[in-house]
Amino acid sequence: MTAEALPHDRADAAIDVRDLHKSFGDHEVLRGIDFSVARGEVVCVIGPSGSGKSTLLRCINLLEQPTSGRVLVGGVEVTDPDVDIDAVRRRIGMVFQSFNLFPHLTVLENLTIAQRRVLRRSKAEAAEVARVNLEKVGLSEREDAYPAQLSGGQQQRVAIARSLSMGPDLMLFDEPTSALDPELVGEVLSVMRELAAEGMTMMVVTHEMSFAREVASRVVFMDGGVVVEQGPPAQVIGSPQHERTQSFLSRVLDPAATPGPHS
Amino acid sequence: MSTVTSSTRTGAPRARLTLRQKRRLSLAVQYALFVAAVVAVALVADWQTLRQNFARTEIAAEMFPEVLTVALKNTVIYTLSGFTGGLVLGVLLALMRLSSVPPYRWLAMAYIEVFRGLPALLIFLFVGVGVPLAFPGSTIPGGTVGQVALALTLVAAAYMAETVRAGIQAVPKGQTEAARSLGMSSTWALISIVIPQAFRIIVPPLTNELVLLFKDSSLVLFLGVQLGDRELTKFGRDLASTKANITPILIAGLCYLAITIPLSYLARRLEARNAKATA
Repeated sequence: MTAEALPHDRADAAIDVRDLHKSFGDHEVLRGIDFSVARGEVVCVIGPSGSGKSTLLRCINLLEQPTSGRVLVGGVEVTDPDVDIDAVRRRIGMVFQSFNLFPHLTVLENLTIAQRRVLRRSKAEAAEVARVNLEKVGLSEREDAYPAQLSGGQQQRVAIARSLSMGPDLMLFDEPTSALDPELVGEVLSVMRELAAEGMTMMVVTHEMSFAREVASRVVFMDGGVVVEQGPPAQVIGSPQHERTQSFLSRVLDPAATPGPHS
Repeated sequence: MSTVTSSTRTGAPRARLTLRQKRRLSLAVQYALFVAAVVAVALVADWQTLRQNFARTEIAAEMFPEVLTVALKNTVIYTLSGFTGGLVLGVLLALMRLSSVPPYRWLAMAYIEVFRGLPALLIFLFVGVGVPLAFPGSTIPGGTVGQVALALTLVAAAYMAETVRAGIQAVPKGQTEAARSLGMSSTWALISIVIPQAFRIIVPPLTNELVLLFKDSSLVLFLGVQLGDRELTKFGRDLASTKANITPILIAGLCYLAITIPLSYLARRLEARNAKATA
């Protein structure tokens, strides 16, 4: 692990994970993660499948219950059994690989239902917030459509707008473009890019190396349930120190961009 | 010249039947059998006697309009009340079955096993005869309608509970996760996200359940009911006894089919639509 693993004051961190372990039965997926994200930081988590990166993300809003260790979000200990988890989750936006829009509701209703039920906003107020966010993701004209009538890229943009409508302090993205046809990836990434430019705190599990290189303030490489290497993208992706990082990157990066026998 | 040609033809090995010829032959045989069977029935049957017993138009005419205004109406009332009660109890049982509190699960499972394992007739007898005996002086509110509704509710709930449970479990886990990630409580996620989608999935099987209940409502036959409370089967049978003729049963049967066939058709259509929507 690199020396600058903790480049900021952890007490003020948006996300602070300490010695996190998670097992599914006998299989230990996370084996002691120490990791934090500062406010306004965009952290991309990369690594081979099965490395535990999605599990780490899901432990942060407690979709998975950690086996041991602590997770703090905005200074609130999520792993404290007495914490009001619904109140914490309200402040954490989550975007899933499979979108998970509510198929029985229109786009607008997808964006307003939690605002009304959870934040107790009036119908008009919720719709107003929803429309601002729909415009942000470029889907103002589709508010009456049902999810099944939208392309995958549009659905994922609606899912992002749905999370934003709750006014979150930070956003978690779990492989947001992995389920998309290649030609639809760009529209989702550009929405995320704008979000990052506005200063949103983001933690993104992704395989999009060019996005990580361009947008991330820090790249974290995970393998085998531990953080192997982290640092600025130019360092981790550009000149990885660790052998496991090197071999992973040589496998995922565009062969044309990788010096070697392919070229 | 021509004789030469014909001799070479017959002399050649006979061409085996082509596939198309085989298919035609097979169809022809099947149609021939069918027509033979119809002709045999038509010749053997004693149409005069059959008409006398099953289709006496003057008896059929006598049944109207009561067969519709009383009998069919009561059948529909019994069925719908049983269906509504069964659905409410069924949803409750399904939620208990999925509860994280073990005693609720055990109770729901015991109920479902017991009431699915018993003949509906036994439950009718229990409600009609057993309850008044066990609790002397007490009556089930609502008279006959109340009794039938209770019996049908008890029967239907067990089946519907399993249908509803399957529907809830068929809603992808990601739906609950998305709702919870937005800060919704598990109850709200269930009520506003999971259950509406589960119902969309289970409308076809519930329609089939309605058809079954429609037929089960005929078990009222075994409860003592007043004239005005008679449904199709009881109505048909009573008239069949007084007239010593089967025609009223036939008419009652046609009334059932007039409801159940369209319902089954509807269920199939909804099922096909669901299959297309999820594909």
